[in-house]
Amino acid sequence: MLNKKYVSKASLVVAVAATTLLVGCQTMKERVLDSSADGQTSVELRAIQSRSFDTTDKAKTMRSTIATLQDLGFVIDKADLDLGSVSATKLSGYALRMTVSVRPGSSGKNMIVRANAQYNNLPVTDPKPYQDFFVSLQKSMFLTANNVD
Amino acid sequence: MKKIISCVAIVAMLAGCAAGIPPEALQFQPDTLANRQLQSRKYDIKSEKELLTASNNVLQDMGFNLDESNMQLGVIVASKNRDATDAGQVAGAILMAALFRVQANYDKDQKIRASLVTKPAATNNPIQVDVTTKSGKQVKFNQQVDSGNGYVVRVTFQRLVWNQKGVLSKIEGINDPEIYQEFFDKLSKSIFLQAQNVE
Repeated sequence: MLNKKYVSKASLVVAVAATTLLVGCQTMKERVLDSSADGQTSVELRAIQSRSFDTTDKAKTMRSTIATLQDLGFVIDKADLDLGSVSATKLSGYALRMTVSVRPGSSGKNMIVRANAQYNNLPVTDPKPYQDFFVSLQKSMFLTANNVD
Repeated sequence: MKKIISCVAIVAMLAGCAAGIPPEALQFQPDTLANRQLQSRKYDIKSEKELLTASNNVLQDMGFNLDESNMQLGVIVASKNRDATDAGQVAGAILMAALFRVQANYDKDQKIRASLVTKPAATNNPIQVDVTTKSGKQVKFNQQVDSGNGYVVRVTFQRLVWNQKGVLSKIEGINDPEIYQEFFDKLSKSIFLQAQNVE
């Protein structure tokens, strides 16, 4: 049988431990800049989030992106052809928000599609969801998604 | 002891800091095609602009307010705030309060969002090419062709529900076939009226 004093002491220790762990979590600066998320560099993140498609048709690429997002259960928030960006949100017990930007590649023969996602209030930095997204996108693009060097 | 266990559990959750994204979130599902068919309708109309105008009118008929639009991409985004009270749920909450003195939450307000996208209708026979060039380069090509007559409208709805305390209680997509059916019936009428220049 544990006495009350012991329990209160133990919970104090746990509380201190929890606070220490929380301090380890993230500062505001890191949250604003999303710097050093899992030690990923922005180059790595770009590679995960970007694919190149062998087409020069920006509008068509964007329309395919929008169609893919709708297929995946997203509702579009914003779309801008000049800027080349589409934002959409999926609500399914969770909130998944994606922004996809489309720009011509430097070779002038391809379009670079970049996607970034947030899951509830977390950035998605894992490569797998992006792979899934581009697999879905290349099905409706009827083109292969190539890695960007 | 229970206190310690719960403390440890909370700490474990905090230390985890990140609950992951569900693996199926960005993959096509078996019901993807069925949903696409449910949410889409083809209209034999010459101009995309006319179709968007008619769609916008229907959304206004339904009390939606425009949030965002992009003519070049055929996108309209609209939303509305509505009551979400369900008589059964409120009765349940009252019963809970009366019997067990427990305050149960019930839905009060909701925001309904709609995005409507038009695109040129495509034929069912895509052009398929699979050849190897002289230099040995494999060219694979599988492209849908615009059918040249008509446009496809796809509309999707979702809603956010808050309970009586103002806490977000539900976030979900709306996939009720009747809602989509009625929407497209209204859109057909709207296109017809517009063509007849009925104000």
